[in-house]
Amino acid sequence: MIWQIDFYLLVILIITAVVALEIRDLLASVALLTGYSFFMALLFAQMGSVDVAFTEAALGAGVTGVFLVCALFFLERRSAD
Amino acid sequence: MILEAFTDRYVYFMTVALLIIGLYGMLGKRNLLKKLIGMIVFQTAVFLFFIEGATKFFIENGTKLRGSVPVIDPQLGTDPALYVNPLPHVLILTAIVVSVATTGVALALLLTIHRGYQSLDEKVILERMRQ
Repeated sequence: MIWQIDFYLLVILIITAVVALEIRDLLASVALLTGYSFFMALLFAQMGSVDVAFTEAALGAGVTGVFLVCALFFLERRSAD
Repeated sequence: MILEAFTDRYVYFMTVALLIIGLYGMLGKRNLLKKLIGMIVFQTAVFLFFIEGATKFFIENGTKLRGSVPVIDPQLGTDPALYVNPLPHVLILTAIVVSVATTGVALALLLTIHRGYQSLDEKVILERMRQ
């Protein structure tokens, strides 16, 4: 059978979530989390909830990423695990 | 039979996988920012669960089709079975805003902890608290 496009988006989501948690560099981790939120917004748009999709793209991928990068400016970038 | 259960409901399986990944990030990681990232993944997986629960399927000419965006389309008519349920969307819209506020508060706490103990590692912080 032919898989729907949401199957591929879900596989990308799981890969980005695992890599964001496993990578040692915290700035790369935050960048991957922003990508995760953007793919989640694409998945919401594909499921027919456009209002949630653009709120997730603006707040989840935009504001949260800016918050995390600004906080990382005062913290150290390396992580032990 | 089992394969059919997976192919029909794979979004729920993937959502459970994302919930487990988020829980692992919150419990298994030592860095406090990694714990926060795990919490964000967990919250987003709960949003995905609600949005998937709002979708509707209908059968037309033997093919399974997904319900449309909840805006009345003159070509589709006013049958509510053809549109997805908009109530969980409104709930999740509120929850996304709350999750951003939660992240902000968590980051403020993180900065205060880093100012007091000069580290984000859980083990190092516990050791310095004992001294």
